[in-house]
Amino acid sequence: MNSIEKNIDNLKDYKYGFITDIENIRAPKGLNEDTIKFISNIKKEPKWMLDFRIKAFERLKLLKEPNWQKPKFPKIDYQDLYYYSAPKSMDDKPKSLDELDPKLLETYKKLGIPLQEQARLNGIAIDAVFDSVSVATTFKEELIKQGIIFCSMSEAIQKHSELVRKYLGSVIPITDHFYATLNSAVFTDGSFVYIPEGIRCPMELSTYFRINASETGQFERTLIIADKGSYVSYLEGCTAPMRDKNQLHAANVELIALDDAEIKYSTVQNWYPGDKNGKGGIYNFVTKRGLCKGKNSKISWTQVETGSAITWKYPSCILKGDNSVGEFYSIAITNNYQMADTGTKMIHLGKNTRSKIISKGISAGNSDMMYRGLVDISARADNSRNFTQCDSLLMGNKCGAHTIPYIKNKNSKSKIEHEATTSKISDEQLYYCKQRGLNSEEAISLIVNGFCKEVLQQLPMEFAVEAQKLVGISLEGSVG
Amino acid sequence: MESQIKLDFENFLNKEKFSSSQIQLKKNNFNEFIKKGFPNKRIEDWKFSDLNQIIQTNIKKLNFINSDIKKEDFEITTVKDFEHNKIIFLNGVILKVDFTFEENDKIIIQQNHNINEDNVENSLVSLNSAFVSNYVKFTVKKGYETKKPLIFYNYLTSDITSSALNIRIDIDLEDGSSLNVVDLSNQNLNNNFINLRQNFHIGENAILKKYFLDTGNSPNIKYIYNNLDLSKNSHLEYFILSSGSKFLKNDIICSLNNEYGSISLNGVINLDGEKHHEIKTVINHKDENCKSYQLIKCVLTDKSKGVYQGKIYVDNKAQKTDGYQLSRALLLNDQTEFNAKPELEIYADDVKCSHGSTSGNIDEDSIFYLMSRGLSYEQSKQLLVNGFLHEVLEKITDEKIKIFIKKLTGLENEY
Repeated sequence: MNSIEKNIDNLKDYKYGFITDIENIRAPKGLNEDTIKFISNIKKEPKWMLDFRIKAFERLKLLKEPNWQKPKFPKIDYQDLYYYSAPKSMDDKPKSLDELDPKLLETYKKLGIPLQEQARLNGIAIDAVFDSVSVATTFKEELIKQGIIFCSMSEAIQKHSELVRKYLGSVIPITDHFYATLNSAVFTDGSFVYIPEGIRCPMELSTYFRINASETGQFERTLIIADKGSYVSYLEGCTAPMRDKNQLHAANVELIALDDAEIKYSTVQNWYPGDKNGKGGIYNFVTKRGLCKGKNSKISWTQVETGSAITWKYPSCILKGDNSVGEFYSIAITNNYQMADTGTKMIHLGKNTRSKIISKGISAGNSDMMYRGLVDISARADNSRNFTQCDSLLMGNKCGAHTIPYIKNKNSKSKIEHEATTSKISDEQLYYCKQRGLNSEEAISLIVNGFCKEVLQQLPMEFAVEAQKLVGISLEGSVG
Repeated sequence: MESQIKLDFENFLNKEKFSSSQIQLKKNNFNEFIKKGFPNKRIEDWKFSDLNQIIQTNIKKLNFINSDIKKEDFEITTVKDFEHNKIIFLNGVILKVDFTFEENDKIIIQQNHNINEDNVENSLVSLNSAFVSNYVKFTVKKGYETKKPLIFYNYLTSDITSSALNIRIDIDLEDGSSLNVVDLSNQNLNNNFINLRQNFHIGENAILKKYFLDTGNSPNIKYIYNNLDLSKNSHLEYFILSSGSKFLKNDIICSLNNEYGSISLNGVINLDGEKHHEIKTVINHKDENCKSYQLIKCVLTDKSKGVYQGKIYVDNKAQKTDGYQLSRALLLNDQTEFNAKPELEIYADDVKCSHGSTSGNIDEDSIFYLMSRGLSYEQSKQLLVNGFLHEVLEKITDEKIKIFIKKLTGLENEY
């Protein structure tokens, strides 16, 4: 293999597939009450938190795994997983970034996430989650000045227990579906955000998730509360090492927007997708739900899904407050043997509520892509409006692209519009680009980026650049 | 109910003389139904229409066997608008088969047909197979184009009530033949459950035009299961007028098995009162260069409920597929409800598939436009609704039948 070929080969591989050699503390394998007590204990949680977990666990015993989804997978043995894994050096939590294990800092540097604040010029506050614990949160001081709370979930449970207790489980109750309930029982860490009344968060808040340890499930929990008249933009990124075994990631994300508040939640999901033959990869079974609780509130989901062996999630909005707005912008790309079953739910309860869904799916190789969405306008939601557009792009005839929207309208004063198309990149488009000197891959990357533009535009600047590159890389080698 | 149906089934087997292999087949189907029961909303295909509940609330005690029905004094009225061939069912039993307008040896009619084993994952089809006694199978011979349309009259007498009727018709169009079929039923004021199954095989270059009409007002609960197989270069035109029964579900499964087949499927759901109608379609594109076009329009008033579930499936062999699906609903009243689930399942890349679905009330600007030209509010509304439905009716290619249907819907003089 000459050097050029090697270079190309490197490019096509998953860039973030390295493993950090670091000592871990783990809970004993298996899902039982002792594991839950172990987690609760090691995090020094108050009693109400442990009760919450135990209650969820009791409920979990009654629930069955759902099996209506399109991507089928071998049964997960929940007793064969580690539910808690943390770098040993975190045992005594470092007071500042200088005390952080250099290996961890090195890891995040490799991922392109410098945690040292001085190295950060563009002003994004980051919370980094490594396996089961949050390792560092940057720009804390500056945020605190404005009364913004941005910290790890464990810290919030200790220091802001009133807020956590009030809102945790209020959007995704512990009686929800199997994976959400599992998360409620064993969640380890995540981010907590509270924006006080009338504050516009001056910087993007960001969490970076990384699964490092093997045979570990990552169960993080994120809770974002935007008080009256506030605004926050939150970013989430994720990677994992390359391993032969499938790993489970079942997170819960709850958003609450009070009167006139706005939350913008962006995700670039790039978990390890498995190798070219579909071996390994992350099962990404995430429950994301936002509640527009107050009047004139707004929640906007933007997601770029390129990783994971199986992605199965429906970020949803419950539009409870009058005049509230829900938005969902999504790009999902599957290649090789990846499978995705993703979409959204827009539940209109309040009057004059509006929602917009733009979903772009691209499937290549032997992959399978599904948009599944629900638009439900209840009888009381007068003058509500929904617009949905789902476009799919197919590359090759071994992949599949599917669209299943559920459209329910119980209100004659409301309007729903839905449209979907499925097509491929036409030969004319390719010919046109090639004629102007682009090679096939560049041409496809250009066309695909154009196809996704509506969604990419919604992302904050830094993310948009990363996402655009990711779109190109994910599809490399899918043509020819 | 379970003991009643078992008793009825025993009586039914004793009454009719079946061969032992047929009895076994029927028993298998019967057990299949008993195992699953009437479909409820937990079953994905019945998500929006819980038949089990609908039957329980509308029919107290369902009989599966009907004896002692007076057939003699029932006056049969037929359509006078155009000349046609007839097959008349009275209370689920064949009364008359009349092909006066066709050449003798070109249409072959078989009755008392034995059922075959088929694997359909549908408890109502199992129920149909278990209870169907003599069904009609007829074949249109190769290259024969029928001269007049055929009407199926599905009549019920007034003394039949709370009964389940299982009816089955199989039609085979051989290569190069053509047939136009109309389904009609009379108004009946008793609650019955009608479970109709129709199988069509459309040969190469053959054309089938099928018009299913459900008009008037009746408290009946109907389920229509249609299975249509299309061969190379064949064409199907399917029209549904869904407005009469208390509950009606049209379940249509079309398979484009070979190249250059085409389907045009159009439906009107026009409801009032507490009616609940559903159209469910599955179009399987199994080979290259096939086309399918679907247009469903729905007008809902009072407390009615309309459902459309449509699926376009494209196999990985079916390149150059052109699939289109559009459903539009007008909700004219506060308590109406429209649910749609338009699905695409695609495994081939060189395809053009799209669907659209809208629901909402009449555009107030359009009403204003018409009112400013001198129409009253009600007139404007009526004109817009008629125009909305008219588009679907214009898809009908058989002129005589089109005029007949327009007359039935009261839309004949609008344009």
